[in-house]
Amino acid sequence: MILIGERINGSFKDIGAAIKEKKKAPIQEWAKKQTEAGADYLDVNLGAVSKSPEDFSWLIKTVCEAVPTPLSVDCNKLELMRAGLETHREVAGSRPLIINSTTAEESKLMPLVELAVKYDGGLIGVVMDERGSPQDVDRRVELGAKIFAVASEAGLTPDRIYLDPIVMPLKFMQEQGKNVLEAIRQFAMISDPPPHISVGLSNICSKAEERGLINRTFLVMAMAAGCDAAICNVMDTELVNAVATAELILNKEIYSDSYLKAYRKRA
Amino acid sequence: MPVTIPDVKKTWTNTINRVTLGATKEEGGTRTKRVTVGGATSLPFHHFEGAMPHPSVIAMEVWNVAPQDWPAVLAEHFRDVWHDPGLWAKKCVEQYGADLICLRLAGCDPVGQNRGPQEAAQAVKRLLESVGVPLIVWGTGNDDKDNEIFPAVAEAASGENCLLGTITEDNYKTLVALCTAYKHKLIAESPCDVNIAKQVNILATDMGFKPEDIVMYPTSAALGYGLEYVYSVMERARLAALRGDKMLSQPMICDIGIEVWGVKEARASEQELPEWGEQTERGPLWEATTAYVYLLTGADILVLRHPQAVASVREAIKQLMGDGLK
Repeated sequence: MILIGERINGSFKDIGAAIKEKKKAPIQEWAKKQTEAGADYLDVNLGAVSKSPEDFSWLIKTVCEAVPTPLSVDCNKLELMRAGLETHREVAGSRPLIINSTTAEESKLMPLVELAVKYDGGLIGVVMDERGSPQDVDRRVELGAKIFAVASEAGLTPDRIYLDPIVMPLKFMQEQGKNVLEAIRQFAMISDPPPHISVGLSNICSKAEERGLINRTFLVMAMAAGCDAAICNVMDTELVNAVATAELILNKEIYSDSYLKAYRKRA
Repeated sequence: MPVTIPDVKKTWTNTINRVTLGATKEEGGTRTKRVTVGGATSLPFHHFEGAMPHPSVIAMEVWNVAPQDWPAVLAEHFRDVWHDPGLWAKKCVEQYGADLICLRLAGCDPVGQNRGPQEAAQAVKRLLESVGVPLIVWGTGNDDKDNEIFPAVAEAASGENCLLGTITEDNYKTLVALCTAYKHKLIAESPCDVNIAKQVNILATDMGFKPEDIVMYPTSAALGYGLEYVYSVMERARLAALRGDKMLSQPMICDIGIEVWGVKEARASEQELPEWGEQTERGPLWEATTAYVYLLTGADILVLRHPQAVASVREAIKQLMGDGLK
């Protein structure tokens, strides 16, 4: 399971303030904490705090300096993404990275696939287009297949393509949970070997009371369907424990009595 | 119609840990030779898929007491030297080309001569004086006795970067602490069980021991005596390691001589079992064949006894490496 730590995001108050005041410490602390908790990648996102390429570059540099953990470079502005990726190459060289994200819209998909090729990165493809987010299974799979086809044609191997089925809030869109799981099952059949399948986990528990329980129950179900990556709160010990246990049940990791420790030492 | 054969090459994400044994003068020891194992990026000898930078190596077994029960076809090669572990080791290195010496502290076995820590340490020192290759020191397998003798052994070999063993799930703290203090590498033993193999590695690393300083001993069995079970366990560990499991990424050691020379196929003379053919050929062949199998499932260090088996296995490694050696 590829765990992408969600915490370095300008939408969180402390990170937002740190970006504004150019304070490295709070950001680097989260980079270290998430790495120790078992994050494979660290998502890095300015949030709504800034639209400046300089700020994005500074944020990426700040995280790369603190830990060797690879980044998921996260923004939806092409210009910012270019600046961020260039900075990443300067400070982190050939360290692996994920570009987060494209949609199936032509105007986004082509340039982002090109960036993924240019910067040797993985690419998350969210299955939406100009018509918005799909509400059913078929549309999700159709857009997933389109993203996969365009990315493959440009030279991205399946292990560099991450399809995101768009997780929706359980509390408000209860019927979507089942659709997302079915879409994951079908994504897994798009190619052999299949692409990665990644979820933005925290959406599932939006505004609900039992957030932790909903998150980990959904993630385990998604893993059983074929999901192998999640942007999530890696500081949630119970969540990571559930992932480690699900990996054993799916026979992806070898059991040992101290497997929870082993899971955190895997990197 | 031409047939297109699909490309079935695997790419693996992880590398088996490299473990270097022995310390030269510059590194604070007295060894004239170091031995590195591990570093593989594919299954054994799959040179078309990845690299195997360090071919498997052969350790020959030396005891700190003259063995009582070795069959004549084996004993005849060592009877002239086994009163002195130093001479024994010298013969193994100079005459038979052993890459390493594995000192088995059989003389300390409580059900045998029950020798003490100082005598064990003396044997280690004698070996270190006599040969320049790196040293493996294997305990008695009796937990209490091993914990009594290893402090003196680890100290006597201080700075020499030896491989000491074994720790198990139930007895690991003393030896892990000693290997940390005296900078030796460690053999982690498990009873033909991949889950416990992983567990022992976690226990050692939990005490702060580096996972890169461990060699796994997944138990060995002779051909005909459960070898296929051990093969599967080793194969599963190696596959998990190449897929990224850091707690199974250690090189593996196989203790073959002791197993093979305990079974009737190697021990029985042709007078006892005339239909099985000459023991002088059959014994070493049984030992070498057992070793070949383990080579194919990822053995990095093979502990052997018979000079003829050593020669055959060395030749097999050379042939299996083929162009991979370049």
